[in-house]
Amino acid sequence: MMTPVKNPETKLKQPGESLFKRLVRQQLFIPFAALALLVLFNLIADPSFFAVSIKENSLGNPVLSGNIISVLDNASELVILAIGMTLVTASSGGQDISVGATMAIAGSVILRMVCGGQVTADTLQMPLLLAVLIGIVVTALFGAFNGALVAYFKIQPMVATLIMFTAGRSIAAWINNNQLPIMNDISFKYAGTFLPGIPVPTPVFITAFVILLFWLALKFTTLGLYTQSVGINANSSRLNGLDPKLIKLLTYVILGVCVAVAGFIRVSRSGSINYSRIAENIEMDAILAVALGGNALSGGKFNIYGSILGAYVIQFLTTTLYKYEVPSTALPAYKAVVVILLVVLSAPVVREKLSSMKKAPVKAAKEVS
Amino acid sequence: MPKGIAVDKQGRIKARASMSDTNLLLTITVLVFFALYLSAVVFLGGGFTKPQNFLNILNNNASLIVLSCGMSIVMITGGIDISVGAVTSLVCMAGAVNLEQQGGSVLTVLLIGLGIGLAFGLVQGYLVAYLEIQPFIVSLAGMFFAKGMTTIVSKEPIRVTNEGFLAVKDTRITVPGLGAPNKLGQYIPAYVEVGVVIALLAVVLLFCLLRWTKLGRSFYAVGGNNQSANMLGINVRRTKFLAHILCSLLAGLGGILYFLHVGSGDVANGAGDEMNAIASSIIGGTLLTGGVGNVAGTFFGVLSLNTIKRIVSSLGFDEAWWSNITVAAMLCLFLVIQSIVLLRKNTAKQ
Repeated sequence: MMTPVKNPETKLKQPGESLFKRLVRQQLFIPFAALALLVLFNLIADPSFFAVSIKENSLGNPVLSGNIISVLDNASELVILAIGMTLVTASSGGQDISVGATMAIAGSVILRMVCGGQVTADTLQMPLLLAVLIGIVVTALFGAFNGALVAYFKIQPMVATLIMFTAGRSIAAWINNNQLPIMNDISFKYAGTFLPGIPVPTPVFITAFVILLFWLALKFTTLGLYTQSVGINANSSRLNGLDPKLIKLLTYVILGVCVAVAGFIRVSRSGSINYSRIAENIEMDAILAVALGGNALSGGKFNIYGSILGAYVIQFLTTTLYKYEVPSTALPAYKAVVVILLVVLSAPVVREKLSSMKKAPVKAAKEVS
Repeated sequence: MPKGIAVDKQGRIKARASMSDTNLLLTITVLVFFALYLSAVVFLGGGFTKPQNFLNILNNNASLIVLSCGMSIVMITGGIDISVGAVTSLVCMAGAVNLEQQGGSVLTVLLIGLGIGLAFGLVQGYLVAYLEIQPFIVSLAGMFFAKGMTTIVSKEPIRVTNEGFLAVKDTRITVPGLGAPNKLGQYIPAYVEVGVVIALLAVVLLFCLLRWTKLGRSFYAVGGNNQSANMLGINVRRTKFLAHILCSLLAGLGGILYFLHVGSGDVANGAGDEMNAIASSIIGGTLLTGGVGNVAGTFFGVLSLNTIKRIVSSLGFDEAWWSNITVAAMLCLFLVIQSIVLLRKNTAKQ
């Protein structure tokens, strides 16, 4: 159901197709091809990119380090956001551009809770789990606000979430009275760094857990089916007894929960927050992950694993660029070029042209000229 | 006889009895702006009673007015362009480098600004119109690219010292009859900057373009319904392409005006202006679904947005975050009003 390309029927329909054409038609072709290109580039340019070693971190624990570990670790927030973003995209045919700003809110709320309102705190002032739960409730409420605007007032998602995009970081600063709380308790940083004695970064486990949860939810509940049917045709879903508005609202609330988890990981990495810089531009990466995964940004059918793969590809690209000492401020320009190339390649119009060029290169050349 | 068409005694169609969406939303915007400004004058008094205060809104936002008009045009065709703020920043930086390090003049800055705008418009327009990639994604990449390019051009802020440029920047055009005496009793004439005149000229030209030219009408037709526009013989792709070129050209012009106002190249220039432009367009009655909107409304949208910012800061909420929260609240209010008005209209039609 989730992966229509794996359906044997679609393959049987065109028996005479070449392998190339069938490959290009695969939904996951683009992210896999991009990943393969990146891996190939790194293999040729510098194979040491893939080296993984064990180093001691500042606490004296042996931990894994290397570029691959860093990709898996740093992609965590993006993967979690991309999952929620896929659901929102599928149900409402639009994207939530406020995720970075609401991540700042989640981080701000969690820090205020664990610091108990002080600027610096050396011990947790509140059980960590309770603080995270409060963060989840707050961002779920903001998600519900976005969802209500989209579902009940029929405002385009991008515009509706523009409100929180504009106000989110300011609200985050307001929550802590524009102070920058610092949490020094080491147990607060477990979620963003390493658990004692375990060499794999904790965010990797959290991400795996979230992916598992969604895998279970999509397999054993009607979440996926309902989301897709609302996205494909809200009116006919209503006639079939679904409540499209409620389902749209629900997907935004789910994204809100994802945002809180991602925000918690992000503040847990450093134990502090910078309201204007935290998770900057992450909404763009999350939307790109969804698009890269072969999901239509206009909604309907979705493949959550495509988005997850897309998120890892984007982080792989970022890490590769960092390795070649591209300054972080110039990074967007390089990313944009790659993004445009990927999007152009995956555009239906271009894909059609590509496959027709394969068939009749002369004819296609005439069309182009 | 369909509803909403009034007929006179001879059976001729008199006029449309119900207002079009464009006019309805425009009326709301203009009324809101006057209500806001008048209540500020009545209840807050002080600076708001001085004409110069109003003219300063124009002086500070000449660039935003131009950007928002471009945004409105793209939104009318059903697209969006979120690269305009970053293009503004790039134009400022490129202009500053040209003036300070390459011995450029006002004319070369003008050419650079419009050239950058045209380049962005050509690429983004081609990708959106002919390759059918979502405008949001395309302009997102455009925004990334422009932001990155700005820091590649120069990381450090550049203050312009070129005399010819500063002469244009500091030219003040006095508005007769609006001056006011200062505390010492001297008469201080009210003024606007050169940028305001250019911006107002652009608004008038674009208003005429949208209302009375074939191209302008086809923007509305394409945004209203792609397929029926196609059946009417409009070249949908070409129209969308032109809308994006126009928007990016205006972004380039907006960049020049911003540069003329601040007189320096800085990575932070124009930050968040794409959101201000979208907000102004929406407050001005442009619908993101396309087909509805008006640059006159957008002009009032910019004024309303900045009036409420001033009201909030003069009420004592002058911490930095209040400005953003106000813009967001205003945007939310207008979106909900629009949504309710349009939902009601639609149900009334049925």
